[in-house]
Amino acid sequence: MLLPHPTPSPPLFSADHLTKRFGGNTVVDDLSFAIAPGECLGVIGPNGAGKTTTVRMCLGLTAPDGGSISALGLQMPRDALAIKAQIGVVTQLDTLDPDFNCEENLLVYGRYFGMKDREIKERIPALLEFASLTSKAKAKPGELSGGMKRRLSLARALVNDPKLLLLDEPTTGLDPQARHLMWERLQALLQQGKSILLTTHFMDEAERLCSRLLVLDHGKKIAEGKPRDLIAQHLEPDVVEVFGVGALAVRDSPLRALAARVEVSGETVFFYTDQASALLQALAAYPQLRTLHRPANLEDLFLKLTGRQIREDA
Amino acid sequence: MSTPTHSATLPAATSSTAPQIQSPWRAPRLTMRFWPVFQRNLLVWRKLAIPSLLGNIAEPLMWLVAFGYGMGALVGPLTIDGNTVPYILFLASGSICMSAMNAASFEALYSAFSRMHVQKTWDGIMNAPVGLDDIVLAEMLWAAFKALFTVTAILGVMLALQISHSPKLLVAWPVLLGVGITFSSMALVFNALAKGYDFFTYYFTLFLTPTMFLGGVFFPLEQLPPFVRAVADWLPLANAVALVRPLFMDQWPEHILFHGGVLLAYAVVSFWVALALTRKRFGQ
Repeated sequence: MLLPHPTPSPPLFSADHLTKRFGGNTVVDDLSFAIAPGECLGVIGPNGAGKTTTVRMCLGLTAPDGGSISALGLQMPRDALAIKAQIGVVTQLDTLDPDFNCEENLLVYGRYFGMKDREIKERIPALLEFASLTSKAKAKPGELSGGMKRRLSLARALVNDPKLLLLDEPTTGLDPQARHLMWERLQALLQQGKSILLTTHFMDEAERLCSRLLVLDHGKKIAEGKPRDLIAQHLEPDVVEVFGVGALAVRDSPLRALAARVEVSGETVFFYTDQASALLQALAAYPQLRTLHRPANLEDLFLKLTGRQIREDA
Repeated sequence: MSTPTHSATLPAATSSTAPQIQSPWRAPRLTMRFWPVFQRNLLVWRKLAIPSLLGNIAEPLMWLVAFGYGMGALVGPLTIDGNTVPYILFLASGSICMSAMNAASFEALYSAFSRMHVQKTWDGIMNAPVGLDDIVLAEMLWAAFKALFTVTAILGVMLALQISHSPKLLVAWPVLLGVGITFSSMALVFNALAKGYDFFTYYFTLFLTPTMFLGGVFFPLEQLPPFVRAVADWLPLANAVALVRPLFMDQWPEHILFHGGVLLAYAVVSFWVALALTRKRFGQ
């Protein structure tokens, strides 16, 4: 294969020019990306951006209309089963077996990988421990909280000791405590040298966990890079949010000259600026307004790249 | 397990941008990977086996008692191929086929649909190295096993009631497994098409109920007008009854190849259609 740049460590997983159409609708459009060993690649994008379809194509569950996927030296879809034998998956919706307790869920899932019962049973205590579910070993999914179910799904995805994890919105719907515990577990896995592909809606999650990000919109890759680099590349360093009675009036005031970009969302005006202190001083003349000064973050980037409007079609 | 452990020497240059969509009608790819899926269903069932057993055999036994002893007293013994048999024996040998049919159909419709659509169990399995073909195979064999289990329990009761003690019942047993396979394959076609549980009502009322009356369970097919009989002769249940009934009477069935062939044809064609429709449903 003619690689443009011969790299020292070949990617663990690479997707090249993936395209998927459903009817006349192009859901994934000429998407290429690679995951290096030990890396956490985040895929962010609004609802309907093509994240889940991309994950399904990576697993050989949806056949692409164009493009190719190779992983671990194998080729999709020809070697789909051999690739999946080395991957762990957590899907958006839990597919835990409601009739089985936590231990049985792990045992039965391990069998799908051709593992021997003895081999799986040896791993179960460590997996439950990792998921902080040791005391719930005999509980069925119906008796678990949302966070516990997600952690059981994660433990299940680890039963075959995979090299690569595909996690599709693993923390959606969880409360902050459960999310933080999930993040801690994922960080531990990265420290063990596992690679992760993570789709998420949470920018703090992406920033915290991912070494590199892929921003998708309408099935296309619109940005790619390290979170901090992307922010520096696309945004001014500071954001001053202005809200309160009469906030909208400052949008068109002379203050505007102190910001590179001004956006309005609802009753709040966002000044994107590299002159934050001058702007804040000027805003002191409007005591009825409240201000929030903060560094630009991924959420700002995301909203800049994909827009503030709600996706009705999602 | 048949997974090849590929070496890293595979030509990576095979990556093509050509469409990879395959026909859903391609040949089935069946491997031993179906077994852990079958085992999964077995493990769930073991937790509920006793109550489910009661449900499975209570209804057929009610038919047997009400019709066999009740109607049997009115009907009197029947003459089949020159042999005089009590009506209850006639009915028992037919109703056991009906039980196999119902048990396999229920499992491959309602229960398989729950696993496929409601619980998303199949989706979870497909994230592991198990293909859809093997899942459908596992469900088909599982429903057939449930039929066999039900039939075994009923046979036990029939033996206890001394309705038949033909040693050829040992041969009837694998034949009834085949009946289970045929009806579970057929049911999986409708499972693949279903949007909800309501859809299965059509299958039961429009196909299985008429089949029950035209299958030779309650009365000999000779009683039917010729054109109805011509249809009934090709129904899978009638062919199943034609194989099983003589075994209850300690005789060997006639036209074994024909009846067995009809059942086999229904099973093979239905399984292939079920597989193709299920692949379509899952976009594979």
